Amino acid sequence: MDIKWDKILVTGDPLILASQIAIVLTMIGIVVGLTYFKKWGYLWREWLTSVDHKRIGIMYMIMGVLMFFRGGVDGLMMKAQTAVPENTFLDAQHYNEVFTTHGVIMILFMAMPMLIGIMNIVVPLQIGARDVAFPQMNLLSFWLTFAGALLFNISFVVGGSPDAGWTSYFPLAGKEFTPGIGNNYYMVAIQIAGFGTLMTGINFIVTILKLRAPGMTLMKMPMFTWTTLITSLIIVIAFPIFTIALLLGALDRIYGAHFFTVSAGGLDMLWANLFWLWAHPEVYIVILPAFGIYSEIVATFTKKRLYGYTSMVLAIVIISVLSMLVWVHHFYTMGVGPAVNSVFSITTAAIAIPTGVKIFNWLFTMRKGRIEFTQPMMWTLAFIPTFTIGGVTGVMLGMAATDFQYHNTLFLVGHFHYALIPGVVYAVFAAIYYWWPKVFGFKLSERIGKWHFWLFNIGFNLTFFPFYLLGLMGAARRMYTYSAESGFFPLYFISAVGAFIMAAGFVAFAYNIYWSTRYAKRTTANDPWGNTRTLEWATATPVPHYNFAVIPEVRDVDAYWDMKKNGDKYLTLEPKDIKPIHLPNNSGQPFYMGMMAFLAGLFLVFELKVLFYIFAALFFAGMIYRSFDYDEGYYVPVEEIIEKERTWRDDSKWKAN
Amino acid sequence: MNTEKSFPYSHIVGYLISLALTLATLLVAFKTALPKGTIMLILAAFAVAQAGLQLVMFMHMTEGEDRDSKVVHTIYAIFMAAVIVFGSIWVLTAGHPIY
Repeated sequence: MDIKWDKILVTGDPLILASQIAIVLTMIGIVVGLTYFKKWGYLWREWLTSVDHKRIGIMYMIMGVLMFFRGGVDGLMMKAQTAVPENTFLDAQHYNEVFTTHGVIMILFMAMPMLIGIMNIVVPLQIGARDVAFPQMNLLSFWLTFAGALLFNISFVVGGSPDAGWTSYFPLAGKEFTPGIGNNYYMVAIQIAGFGTLMTGINFIVTILKLRAPGMTLMKMPMFTWTTLITSLIIVIAFPIFTIALLLGALDRIYGAHFFTVSAGGLDMLWANLFWLWAHPEVYIVILPAFGIYSEIVATFTKKRLYGYTSMVLAIVIISVLSMLVWVHHFYTMGVGPAVNSVFSITTAAIAIPTGVKIFNWLFTMRKGRIEFTQPMMWTLAFIPTFTIGGVTGVMLGMAATDFQYHNTLFLVGHFHYALIPGVVYAVFAAIYYWWPKVFGFKLSERIGKWHFWLFNIGFNLTFFPFYLLGLMGAARRMYTYSAESGFFPLYFISAVGAFIMAAGFVAFAYNIYWSTRYAKRTTANDPWGNTRTLEWATATPVPHYNFAVIPEVRDVDAYWDMKKNGDKYLTLEPKDIKPIHLPNNSGQPFYMGMMAFLAGLFLVFELKVLFYIFAALFFAGMIYRSFDYDEGYYVPVEEIIEKERTWRDDSKWKAN
Repeated sequence: MNTEKSFPYSHIVGYLISLALTLATLLVAFKTALPKGTIMLILAAFAVAQAGLQLVMFMHMTEGEDRDSKVVHTIYAIFMAAVIVFGSIWVLTAGHPIY
């Protein structure tokens, strides 16, 4: 292939040069810091090889926040470029790369890791389990996701980023029209991360179906666990489609196949078809857990049981089925004819019904409740109206006849940002504020949180509401600049100002984490919010590595609330009830396999096929090794459990032992 | 799980039906003079019947406490596979005449 090896490092752009220097300095800083504080061993033993679902969840969250920063900077660069007409801050090629990586990173390497991280931390606790069903595979999922993200992120300094949009439509994304290696990154990096996601899906289905505490029937599961189960089902159904689409795309680009090419009998729209068969369910994969998060928070902070539990479950099941039946609404303009477009218009409109049911259920939960305006609740309250705007504009876009007007305008971009930012980002913030004390033993500051909340909300609406108006005025998406005569300037400028206010909100969030880590009051109380309802709040804070001293029994949807009201032997445990607890050992193998996947992917991107085969073989060697691994895990001794339980239970009784 | 140790009649019956289906397939393929398309259709029908039979008779589809969830998941997965395959074919071939 015609790769110019002497030009492999992207040069010539001061922005990229600055980031290259920043990357090198950061890496030196991390290495020096770890060596100076002698933390290498700690990092390896306690984190990188940990199969503890809570640790893995935290690693996912750290990755998600970093990727949020990366994707956010991409967004700011786009807003800076379009703030004034005929701007030359970014050239067309650079702008193409920036909107492509912004989309991919925000969906696949920010939203997914954040939500999977929250699932990891919360779901085993909510169902009263000691860990997920396959703890080591869980760690492998993380390292594959990480390897994919790493590979995708180095693209902008080594070899050039993908530039065909996050949808990466063929034939543009094919070798014929985009000969550089940039789009190889797309095909390979997402594939690696996708393997990890698929394993996560399988893992959580098995965990939720098999490891629930005694008494917790399916219809007594907390709502977040329900949404995780349904999300995992969608992952298992939808991700293989993308796996195949990416495989075919990679064969096209790297091995000269003709699945999606214009020449030699390829069918370029087959990519769009397969892509959206995955990508539409994908947006429900990221939004359903968010619905679960809001359901938990609404019930907690209105001190009421979630309204319409059964209809909530039914709604998410119907959403998950419909999510697979609407994919054509992303390319009505392909010209598939009135019959197809009508069918998909109807299925699309139908999704509004279960979603509406959920919105009304949250509102009815709050009705006559005692609403506490804590940070998690504030984000939930902000979500409802903003997401409704996003949803209603989605219904507008879903009608095939009108979609021909909105298609590929900023109206569409406004719609999906109004759906995904309140639907995912607000939920992630709410979840971080809500579960933070459970994980770390202190609350994030409410005072700084208010700055975060208001800056982010005002910034968000200022940034994205003008998109609707610009779209109706005819501004197309993905245009790197516009003329002064177009009349777009005032709205684009407002939008740019909003973006920087939103960024200030993110800074407030980062500062909140810093400030609270240093100064916030520590607690070991199991229920720091005072009104929580589900099982994760029934154990110590921070959660011990064995989760529960004994597995609790469940009698009610709000299992912990029921324990508090009616008493339960779990809350009055005595030291003599404790038995040794069986847990899995840590393993370095997932890290090894993640790194092999990364290297194999890197060589495949650069089309060094022999090296790719070698490292792919080394990756599979890890799987073979694993099948001869007879590690039986270990037992947590009773004394250690007693020592841990003493921190939050009635001290006098536990001290005697 | 099924713990009774009685004679496995259902397995024998399942085995015999499987054999019969396989034989029928061979007969249809080699001993009839039907058009090729019809033969393929009959073979596909036999294959589906065979797969369903195996799932129920040998692969514990309808046993165990999570029986319902297994059945629901299997039917849902088959439905989705059909949607993906036939949906794609429909969408990509139902183009507007001018395309």
